[in-house]
Amino acid sequence: MKLHEYQSKRIFAQYGIPIPDGDVASTPAEARAIAERLGRPVVIKSQVLVGGRGKAGGIKLAKTADEAEAVAGQILGMEIKGLTVKKVLVDEAADIRSEIYLGVVLDRAKRQVAIMASSEGGVEIEEVAAKTPDKIVTVHVHPLLGLQAYQCRNLAFGIGLPKEHIRDFTKIAQSLYNVFVESDASLAEINPLIINGDNKLQAVDGKILLDDSALPRHKELAAMRDPDEDSPAEIEARENDLSYIDLDGEIGCLVNGAGLAMATMDVVKLYGGNPANFLDIGGGAGAEKVTAALSIILRDDRVKAVLINIFGGITRCDEVANGIVEAIRTLDVQVPFVARLVGVNEEEGRQILAESNLITASSLSEAVQKVVAAAKGESA
Amino acid sequence: MSILVGNDTRLLVQGITGNQGLFHSEQMIAYGTNVVAGVVPGRGGQWALGNVPVFDTVCEGVTATDANTSIIFVPAAFAPDAILEAADAGIELIICISEGIPALDMARVRAYLDTTDAMLIGANCPGLITPGEAKVGIMAGHIHTPGSVGIVSRSGTLTYEVVYALTARGIGQSSAVGIGGDPIKGLNFLEILAMFEADSGTEQVVLIGEIGGTDEQNAADFIAHQMKKPVTAFIAGQTAPPGKRMGHAGAIISGGEGTAEEKIDALRSAGVKVARHPEEIAELVAQNL
Repeated sequence: MKLHEYQSKRIFAQYGIPIPDGDVASTPAEARAIAERLGRPVVIKSQVLVGGRGKAGGIKLAKTADEAEAVAGQILGMEIKGLTVKKVLVDEAADIRSEIYLGVVLDRAKRQVAIMASSEGGVEIEEVAAKTPDKIVTVHVHPLLGLQAYQCRNLAFGIGLPKEHIRDFTKIAQSLYNVFVESDASLAEINPLIINGDNKLQAVDGKILLDDSALPRHKELAAMRDPDEDSPAEIEARENDLSYIDLDGEIGCLVNGAGLAMATMDVVKLYGGNPANFLDIGGGAGAEKVTAALSIILRDDRVKAVLINIFGGITRCDEVANGIVEAIRTLDVQVPFVARLVGVNEEEGRQILAESNLITASSLSEAVQKVVAAAKGESA
Repeated sequence: MSILVGNDTRLLVQGITGNQGLFHSEQMIAYGTNVVAGVVPGRGGQWALGNVPVFDTVCEGVTATDANTSIIFVPAAFAPDAILEAADAGIELIICISEGIPALDMARVRAYLDTTDAMLIGANCPGLITPGEAKVGIMAGHIHTPGSVGIVSRSGTLTYEVVYALTARGIGQSSAVGIGGDPIKGLNFLEILAMFEADSGTEQVVLIGEIGGTDEQNAADFIAHQMKKPVTAFIAGQTAPPGKRMGHAGAIISGGEGTAEEKIDALRSAGVKVARHPEEIAELVAQNL
């Protein structure tokens, strides 16, 4: 789950990391009030969960409260990469002397938390890594020891930070690490961390990604979820405990298991089709879950045919078949279904489906070829 | 021959009285696995499934039954504790089925396990099977058949798909190991590949990977330099869009690292035959026979 910039920075502030004064606004009038309170030039920043806001015109300066109201009026309601701007952050404009990158991330290969710092802040760290990898200093934190003071010093001296900032920088690095660990994040990033006109360090932009598996023990963080991060179908899927992702093809896919679901999409593509979604019903799904899944798939009017690929193990084929029959009975089904059920209770599953006039297949390739043909209006 | 589990496995089930624990213990016993003990705190002294003694602690279970392997079915919130309990009780091989353990918890668990002799498979995995000897996991036993192809995979049902295709062609398996889809886990491709390379009962190996991370690239390096047995591979997620989490926490592409293309290239350079779809694996394996 992603947090907005304003949410991330509020968490940073709770941990003692200095951030610019400012607040979040949903209307131009609110933006004006914040700018008036600040009484100085401000920056108006769209709060959407995608990168490249600046390039899209979603970040603008305003010298006066009047201007702030006008600029907020332009940015609110704007579309950035398909997302509508509903909130703007109104921050005091930063007087930037230099920009630093500081990020905490899980390094899965080393199975440790890594902290990266670079003197090249303000651009994406991936870009720095590609162009000037020697400008990135990394330390790894032992999971049972935690971050040590010398490691923070290694980062600070490693990026050539002026001596007078070393003490504040190590405090910020330690705090950001604490944010990461205590929120169970997979990324906590300050970019840029600036040296401002008062010669102080300040976190001007920030990003936090949370480990979804840990959300049950962070109710206050889970409550920060922006419903716009996911499509309505994705939200409904999450409520039904289904793993679903919208894609833009014409073949709806219902599969059990993430790996098999991805492989099924790959095979669809291999035979000239395009998956409309990724959908993993998980292990042990009952009939109701299957019906819910099909209802989500069928709501997408780009879907021209549906492929059901089930390898029974914990999930039983007869349960899935009952769910399909129920979906056909209760939903307005206008598109052909191709079903392939193999594994535990496959015979029972096939008998249940026999009366439903579905296209069936015994192998994955056969099923995919049939569904691709069906989506084109051909019979395979 | 086989790896990790077989006729000498003495299995202890942590969480044996839960829904999943009970169902799969029954299935494992039916397959012929030697299930010697169950552990549920507060249920010590009871019996599960007629003749499996239940203990309050793993330590008691090991002392009383000489269990050498443990499988964990407890909810994710209690799973790290269960893994550590098994390791401290002297269990040699721990299989954790539980799904949804936070990554930082696993980082701590793994750092501790590295200081012990215990081996972990998973979490968030289907377990492993040595066909005809022992099933320690949740896979459908009947689709497997004894033979000489070793399988190591990050995915559950995708592995069944491959096993099914192999068995349909009459090609048996020595052992099939599901290492799980989490970003931080126990045994990885490298350790399992090394075991298959050393196992006299395994003649060739199938590796099933997916997008995210660099485990397959590391495996490719290992195969190129340390393995003589032929390896066939499949990578799931070739058409997955970047940055989207596809069910497995491990299957996320970010920062241009961990795409299917990178993995396939690395494996091909290591002399591995890479299948375009899961069923093609069986054809490629057959060519090596």
